[in-house]
Amino acid sequence: MLLFILRRILIAIPTLILVSMFVFTLQKLLPGDPILVMAGEDRDPEVIALLRERYRMNEPIVMQYFYWAADVLRGDLGVSLRTNEPVLSLIASKLPVTIQLALMSMLFAILIGIPAGILSAVRKGTWVDWLANLIALSGLSVPNFWLGIMLILLVSVNLGWLPASGYESPFVDPWKSLTTMIMPAFVLGTALAATLMRHTRSAMLGVLQADYVRTARAKGLRGRVVILKHAFRNAVLPVVTLTALLFGELLAGAVLTEQIFTIPGFGKLIVDAVFNRDYAVVQGVVLCTAVGFILMNLIADVLYVILNPRLRTAQ
Amino acid sequence: MTAIADPSVKATNRTWRKLRSNKSALVGACVVILFVGLAVLAPVLPIADPRATDWGAIRQAPSAAAWMGTDEIGRDVLSRMIWGARASLLAGVVSVLIAVLIGVPFGLIAGYFGGWTDSIISRVTEALLAMPFLIMAIALAAFLGPSLTNAMIAIGLSAVPIFIRLTRGQVLSVKTEDYVEGARAIGLGHIPIMTRYILPNVFPPILVQATLTIATAIIAEAALSFLGLGQQPPAPSWGSMLNTAKNFLSQAPWMAIWPGAGIFLVVMGFNLMGDGLRDALDPREH
Repeated sequence: MLLFILRRILIAIPTLILVSMFVFTLQKLLPGDPILVMAGEDRDPEVIALLRERYRMNEPIVMQYFYWAADVLRGDLGVSLRTNEPVLSLIASKLPVTIQLALMSMLFAILIGIPAGILSAVRKGTWVDWLANLIALSGLSVPNFWLGIMLILLVSVNLGWLPASGYESPFVDPWKSLTTMIMPAFVLGTALAATLMRHTRSAMLGVLQADYVRTARAKGLRGRVVILKHAFRNAVLPVVTLTALLFGELLAGAVLTEQIFTIPGFGKLIVDAVFNRDYAVVQGVVLCTAVGFILMNLIADVLYVILNPRLRTAQ
Repeated sequence: MTAIADPSVKATNRTWRKLRSNKSALVGACVVILFVGLAVLAPVLPIADPRATDWGAIRQAPSAAAWMGTDEIGRDVLSRMIWGARASLLAGVVSVLIAVLIGVPFGLIAGYFGGWTDSIISRVTEALLAMPFLIMAIALAAFLGPSLTNAMIAIGLSAVPIFIRLTRGQVLSVKTEDYVEGARAIGLGHIPIMTRYILPNVFPPILVQATLTIATAIIAEAALSFLGLGQQPPAPSWGSMLNTAKNFLSQAPWMAIWPGAGIFLVVMGFNLMGDGLRDALDPREH
């Protein structure tokens, strides 16, 4: 097992290096010379030369990358042009908010998607199956920023049940935190719930036809026991790994949700950075998201092996 | 003279029959055709100028005069919806074309040649896939500058790895088939084998993926325009209409309802079509 994890980490290293190269290249896509912008309107040649020296712009691009990568490895992602704060500490302060949102969305998705998938598979071909599929397809087709706006219109503006925006830490005021996050979490979890429903249904359909399920039924076990103890336990395996994989997608989906509900998280950070032309922050956020995504991939792979006894013994 | 039935023609006919009998795919196709028709005919339809402001008719609720109401500066929402469909559909199709035109050749090369070529292309693809689609599109659009063209390029480039991975996988399963071996045996070069023998056989799943990716690309374009990184005002786009509408939710809810419903319907249409195509092209279904 340890060897497998080690091997998996080794495979992730070249991917990480390539990701860092892409993120570095992003900066080079910028039109114009950033040093000239930094030098201001005067464009004093001495200042320009000094800035080029300081930012190592005179070095070949390969060397520039190595300097940048060495800084990143030391945890130095640069400084925000707007607030002058280190990018890493900016990200560290926003990340817990987004993680809370993503975890709550995942909870919604699991609570809705998995039971709906089981029900749809067990009642295949009936109106229940048809309805569940229609809802899942709608969940995949609805833009989450529109769903958010519609919910604000209905729940906050018309009914006045929940606040339309804002954020409170669960450690400061748990109730307020819950009421501000419940709507965004639902919005962000919709597409994930739809994906989980479709995968659970398909996995359950495969398992329900297996010999051991037929045997369990032939033994006279009750329908619910067969479905939950025999079928679902085997069908849940790919769903668990998929959930881990989709966690990375949630971080990306949070960009729009946080924008609509004015949640000061990771997603809002990148959008604000884009509009303030704070490119160091944009780069930092992209790099951190990619690293998080690779990490979740790694966790999904390891989980798959841990949860599958056949693969565990094969390791 | 006896005509010998071409198996590929038979398969196409079978797929077409199956697609026609799939009701949800037909509904999806009808929705897409309706929106495409409206978008194409926008210049000749008897609708108001989408940019014409009317300060005497700001935020008017839907009525016989303005079927979908008017916006915050008195522009006709129906007209902006129809013209906005152009931006959305154009972005969906063009970005997927960019992704297919770059992704498919690289996937073909990786799958066909294998070895080091495959290793390099696959590692790069994995790295690109590690960057979530929307974050990547936002970052690219931000660095390229906000405009519809740049949004299409950003979305297209972000979708490239999906097509590289898909094509590579398909090529791996096709390249050992007898007809490819046969083509090699008669001395055909790599490019004719790839374009004449492999590409047509890996095309169906690419078509399915392209249809489904158009749906994703339309949402991505709307998202970028919503954030101000896509179509720039006053040109109409569903995403930017939603962005403005969110500031007038209590006074003019129709401004938010229609553009979102448009995105939802057209994306649902492409998803239904994609699902139907996948079922029709799946050999296990026959």
